[in-house]
Order: sequence, then structure tokens, then C-alpha cells
Amino acid sequence: MAKRLDIKDLNIYYSDFLAVEGVSMAVEPRAVTAFIGPSGCGKSTVIRSLNRMHEVIPGARIEGSIALDGENLYAREVDPVRVRRQIGMVFQRPNPFPTMSIHANVIAGMKLNNKRMSKKQADEIVERSLRGANLWNEVKDRLNRPGSSLSGGQQQRLCIARAIAVQPDVLLMDEPCSALDPISTLAIEDLIGELKQDYTIVIVTHNMQQAARVSDRTAFFNLAGVGQPGRLIEMDATEKIFSNPTEKATEDYISGRFG
Amino acid sequence: MTTTGDPAAKPARPGKQRAPQRPGDLIFSISAKAAGVLILVILAAVALFLIVQAWPAIQLDSAELAEEVHWIGEAQSLLDYVGPLVFGTILAALIALIIATPIAIGVALFISHYAPRRLATSFAYVIDLLAAIPSVVYGLWGGLWLMPKLYPVFDWLATNLGFIPIFEGPAADPPRTILTAGIVLAVMILPIITAVSREVFLQTPTLHEEAALALGATRWEMIRMTVLPFARSGVISAAMLGLGRALGETMAVAMVLSPGLLYSFLILRPGQQQNIAANIALKFPESSGVGINVLIFTGLVLFVITLVVNMLARWIVSRRAEFSGAN
Repeated sequence: MAKRLDIKDLNIYYSDFLAVEGVSMAVEPRAVTAFIGPSGCGKSTVIRSLNRMHEVIPGARIEGSIALDGENLYAREVDPVRVRRQIGMVFQRPNPFPTMSIHANVIAGMKLNNKRMSKKQADEIVERSLRGANLWNEVKDRLNRPGSSLSGGQQQRLCIARAIAVQPDVLLMDEPCSALDPISTLAIEDLIGELKQDYTIVIVTHNMQQAARVSDRTAFFNLAGVGQPGRLIEMDATEKIFSNPTEKATEDYISGRFG
Repeated sequence: MTTTGDPAAKPARPGKQRAPQRPGDLIFSISAKAAGVLILVILAAVALFLIVQAWPAIQLDSAELAEEVHWIGEAQSLLDYVGPLVFGTILAALIALIIATPIAIGVALFISHYAPRRLATSFAYVIDLLAAIPSVVYGLWGGLWLMPKLYPVFDWLATNLGFIPIFEGPAADPPRTILTAGIVLAVMILPIITAVSREVFLQTPTLHEEAALALGATRWEMIRMTVLPFARSGVISAAMLGLGRALGETMAVAMVLSPGLLYSFLILRPGQQQNIAANIALKFPESSGVGINVLIFTGLVLFVITLVVNMLARWIVSRRAEFSGAN
């Protein structure tokens, strides 16, 4: 569990359009790395390329390499399905499977990995994951209700429970709180603080206060203009980025001068 | 529009407090209501026609019936006559549904989730074209082209799987049997089931598909986890639409099936079953008086069967509405 990611010279394309250019960075294990930047700068595109979800879109591809503890995820013989089982993802909008109960949602990923599971094992995994996502006490009496019967914040925590049920090496979160109210957001942020004991976490956020609150390291992305590729401007310890950034563009962005 | 002007210019109407009605809304709501009512009126009119016209046959006892209608045997009541027809109708439609539904789901999934986009569009178009072929043409195709090709298959079934009661031989040549009719019907209902299923599959939220993929699902696992459960009720509706068509199909069945009036599961033998619609078409020219009333009674029964099938489909769909993803 908790492996490091090394990104080298990453170019990301949608068909012929170069969306992100020349990103190189290291994502440390057992820490939270936040991606910030204005809309369209490619931060979501980068995070989706980390678990090979980017290529799900027709015509999408990357150049460069992304290594998980030294193993290139984009090597020819690597199966993207296996990559996604090691690197979990939480999306912008909560997306529990509506046709499954809460219980079935949590173990959905486990079922893909190993088809045979005793009822007792399954129940243990469900309880462990829901406790891990701080949701157990709220749903333990209605595990057979559909996942869509929960509130938005609960659904998002259910999605986190589903992602951590398979005990991934890395957990990616693409604006996990942008569809949630402040109280649910707080619950998720507390949860992120707890999860980083065990997981490598990458979070994309539009909310700079959130990045400052939850992350250990922050990467700032920017783009020169519309139609230009996004680039990594600067990456450093979060306190440094928010107090004394090296680049002028970063300072302008975090001080609210643009974006 | 006249009522959308400055509200202050209009004096408030005393008594009833109502928001101003815009003529566009009014016209639309009236025409929508009228269309809805029209459907009910037509349905009721058809039902009424069938009942009134079938009544002379319903009230006769079996002796009178046999006397009036030469193709009804002695001591045969109206229900004795219609029973085997109902059986044949349902059997033919079920065979068609069993053959067509899995193929249609496969084709629809191929178009929606596997085929490259350009191929998918033209492929979908070709499938839709199948629906435009008149049933007489299907009947001709089934009778002249398909039947000789089916005989060896049926013969093989009878020889090797003859121990299963429904495949009991000997297979007829030419195979003017209910299995042939079922296969022709299956081809006929394939496009409607495919088209509706494809639409439903395409509506699966990307959000859910990505959730499955991000958990490490293969494409097939993703389809099984998200697309199929999401589309379940839609596919059932599609199958029921197909079933409706298969239940009422006339010409294709009349042209390939050698009729019989038995409660028989022998699907490789001719002269065993008949469906209601084909029976009406074949008997109508030689009928008069009460004979026509009897045929209309069988039509009434078909009407009821179709209603029941549709209600059953709705019930199946609504049973798990909570998990359907619609909420």
C-alpha cells in the first residue's frame, strides 16, 4: 500500500489536440498532493492519466511515462484494467451504482478482483471500508437500501468506501467536494486527513482553501491561453506555495489576481 | 401574446386568484389532453366493437355453434375452439422472443459499446431498415428461401435431440412448422428490440460507466455492472414491444405454418398449432354469419392477451423501480 508516483515528460492528447505538455513531478506516498489551477489547465486530465482513465475517451493518448514505485504504468505489456485496480479514483460527482445496494456498492471492486468471497468476508470488508470512509454509523442499519437513497455527501463517502475497499496503492480524487455542501465537504476533508496515513492521495480542487487545508504538497498548473496546452508551473510544499511561491504566476493565482 | 404584458395594467380579477394563462400554454395543454383522451376513446371503441361483434357467438351453445359454423366440430364450445389458438399464438411468440432477445441485446451492445463509431452508425441504420420490410415479404422469404435451409437443421435436432419432448421427430420436409414460424417472427421483431435496447444502452450515464472502469472493470464487466442493470427495464419494454408484434403477426405466420388446432409442444412437426391472427386471415374468406362472430371473438381474446402482456411488462419494470437509477 501507499506507493509513490513518478511522472516524467508527460504530454497528453485528445486526438490531435495537445492538452497538457511537459509535466514532470513526483507524488510522495502517505501524503496528500493537491493539483490547483484555473479551468482548462489540464489538472483533471493529468489526474485521469494517472490511472489510465484518460484513454477511455476515444482518441485520447499520452506520451511520456508514469511510474508506480518504478514500474511504468504505460509499458506495452501493462493492462490498464490492472492499473485501475491498483489506483482508485473518486469522481467529481458522487456516482454510486444506482442498481446496487450500499453493501453491493462497497464490495463491487472486490468482486471484480476475486469472485469468490464468503458472506462473512464480504461483511467484514463492507464494515471496514465504511468505517474507513466515516459512513458506517450512518448506514449500518440500511445496507440493503440502494446507494442512491443517500444524501450527496454520504454518496461521495460511499464512493470513497468503494474505492478503498480494494486497498489500492494510490487514491485519486477529482474535485471530490465540488458538488457538496460545506458540512459534507468538511466530513470529506477530515476523511482525507485520516486516509493519508495509509494511502497516497492526489486531489484536484478548485478551492484553494481546501488545497491549503488538506494537502502536504501542491502543484500549480496554468495555461498560456485558450487552445494552448496546460503546463505544470510549480510544485512545492503547500505552505511554501501559499506563502512564498517561486513563480509570479502562482502568486497571482493564489492571491486571486486571476483565475 | 396578449396576456404577457405589464401585469399592473390588468386589474386584478375579483374572487378567484389565478396566475394569468398564456394562450400558448393553454393550446398545448388542451391538445395534449385531447391526444391522451383520443387514445382511450379509440381503445374503448375497439374493445366495444370486438365485444358487440363477438356476442352472437358467445351466447350460442356448442350444438348450435357446430350447426352454424362448419369448421367447428360437434360438442365443441367456443372456448374449446379458441384454446388451441391461444396456445399456438403464445408458443409462436415465445419462440420468437427466446430467439430474438439475446441476439438483439448482443447487436445493440455491439452498436452502442463495441463497434467503432462510424461502423456503428451504418450498422444501426441497416438494422432499422429490417423493420421497414413488410411482413408479406418476410413470409415469402421464410417460405421460399429459409425453409429449405432449415430442414437439415431440424432433421439434425430431431435425430440428435429427439429425446427432448419438444424436438420429437420426424422433422417435416418442407418444415412448415411452428419453429419455422417462430424463427421468421424472430427476424421480424429483431429490429424493434435492437433499436429500443440500443437507445437505452446509450443512455447509461458516463458517470456510472467510469465508476466501473475506475474500479478496474473490463469492458464486459463494466457492461454487466452498469449498462445492463441500468437498461434492464428498457430492454424488458423492448422485448414486450417485440412480443406484441409477434403475437399479432398474420401474414408471415399464415405463409409458413401448416395449421393445426392441438395443444402440442411438437415444434418440428407441421399441422400442430396455429396463431389467432393467421387463423382469422385464412378463415375469413370462407366464413359468414356466426363464423365471422367466432373469428371476431378470437380477435377479442388476442386483444386481451396483448393487454395482459403489457400489464405484466409494466409490473416487472416497476418491481425494482427504486434500484433503476431513475431516482
